[in-house]
Amino acid sequence: MIEVVDPGLLLTVQDAGRRGMAHLGVPRSGAADAPAARRANALVGNASTAAVLEATLTGAVLATRESVVVAVSGAPAPVFVGDVPAPMDRPIRLGAGQTLEIGHADAGLRTYLAVRGGVEGPLTLGSRATDTLSGLGPAPLKVGDRITVGTASAPGQELFAATHGAAPTIPGLDEVVELEVWPGPRADWISGVGALAEHVFHATTDSNRIGLRLSGGELAWSRTGELPSEGIVAGAIQVPPSGQPVVFLADHPTTGGYPVVGVLDEVSLALATQCRPGQRVRLRMAR
Amino acid sequence: MSVDVRPMGRTAIVLEAASTGQVADLYERVIAARDEGEFAATDIVPAARTVLIDGIGPVDAAQVAALARTWTLTEAAHDAGALVEVPVTFDGPDLDQVADLWNTGRDDVVETMLATPFAVAFCGFAPGFAYLSGLGAQRAVPRRRDPRPQVPAGSVGLAGEFAGVYPRQSPGGWQLVGTVREVTLWDASRREPALLAPGVRVRFTA
Repeated sequence: MIEVVDPGLLLTVQDAGRRGMAHLGVPRSGAADAPAARRANALVGNASTAAVLEATLTGAVLATRESVVVAVSGAPAPVFVGDVPAPMDRPIRLGAGQTLEIGHADAGLRTYLAVRGGVEGPLTLGSRATDTLSGLGPAPLKVGDRITVGTASAPGQELFAATHGAAPTIPGLDEVVELEVWPGPRADWISGVGALAEHVFHATTDSNRIGLRLSGGELAWSRTGELPSEGIVAGAIQVPPSGQPVVFLADHPTTGGYPVVGVLDEVSLALATQCRPGQRVRLRMAR
Repeated sequence: MSVDVRPMGRTAIVLEAASTGQVADLYERVIAARDEGEFAATDIVPAARTVLIDGIGPVDAAQVAALARTWTLTEAAHDAGALVEVPVTFDGPDLDQVADLWNTGRDDVVETMLATPFAVAFCGFAPGFAYLSGLGAQRAVPRRRDPRPQVPAGSVGLAGEFAGVYPRQSPGGWQLVGTVREVTLWDASRREPALLAPGVRVRFTA
């Protein structure tokens, strides 16, 4: 059992999300920065789909009621066990009654905590994830909530995968995040999709798990009319008539009525999920 | 009409048909091809003009694209889907508005809703929210200028050429004509959580 002492801005249970249900209007959801969640799971010997905790910007404080092995990955933040600094991207052993503090992120937005055995909780449509768009899954965690830790599978130490991909460097707030864009189905709806990289956008404060909202440059439509609603994927860059693009993240709606001009690959999508409000962003066609 | 294939990043493609009617045919063909092992994908999502195939590798995507380009889609009525009867009380606050837009009376709106064979073209907006085709373009209505902050669960609404039923209370801008009875549109604990899944045929009953 792990108790939530302080959930920070937003602390949710996340896993690999709900697959194969988009045709029913069920968003994928799951960890926004999926590679970071997988990395945290690998470090404690969990399956990549085990549920983890996703902290947002201001971190979280947790108290253990049993001994557990955890790992913190994603947005770099100071980590303390009691008063003692602890590393990110390494397994950390905690005894019962200890306090783990994930501080305010130094860079990036979302920090993940995996616990050996995985976070338990009710399955909704095969997932424990909190979907902030549709309301599926548990409510965000609050002070005093208790998190049940699952039973670890066979202890095979080879499962503790320290080399499961080095953690990527998450750009600081003063840096421009460069995101690689692959063609989307409606690239022809804006003029000069090839010149995307000439704009420097910034992430706005109404960004959330549903989408990274960008402002600054204006991507003018090259045509008028309405696009009939069509399916959306995570990483899709949708351009509404305002010309201010939205990059869809984990809790994106399953369909949308504005043109998707490009789509981020998984590496760039992970970086997009770590963009803070105010962060400068450049979109660059991959080819 | 043949199928247009468009990229959706590196791991998804969009197949485009000429009309919503053809999407039903396209969706059935894509599902059949997947079931026959022609390709693997995470999600297959029909929409108003398109079918999105998400979580597909490059080899499979090329295979599906080549296959889809050989298809000639039709709008023929599909009677393969399960038929669901949905009892409705026509008590919606926008019934008069819809009657005005259709240039007819309330009774005629009710008659039309009861007589129209609907089919779930696609889902979206919320889990289990189905876009029902069948009314046709000539009965298209605009969304309300001021969306309601709270539409009760079970409300039957119209927007564009679609009818829809709100599976749970939510904000919404559809023109409301009635309320369903006796059916649960969405239950995440059911084996089939959505009563109205794509391809299902729907008849409203009094």
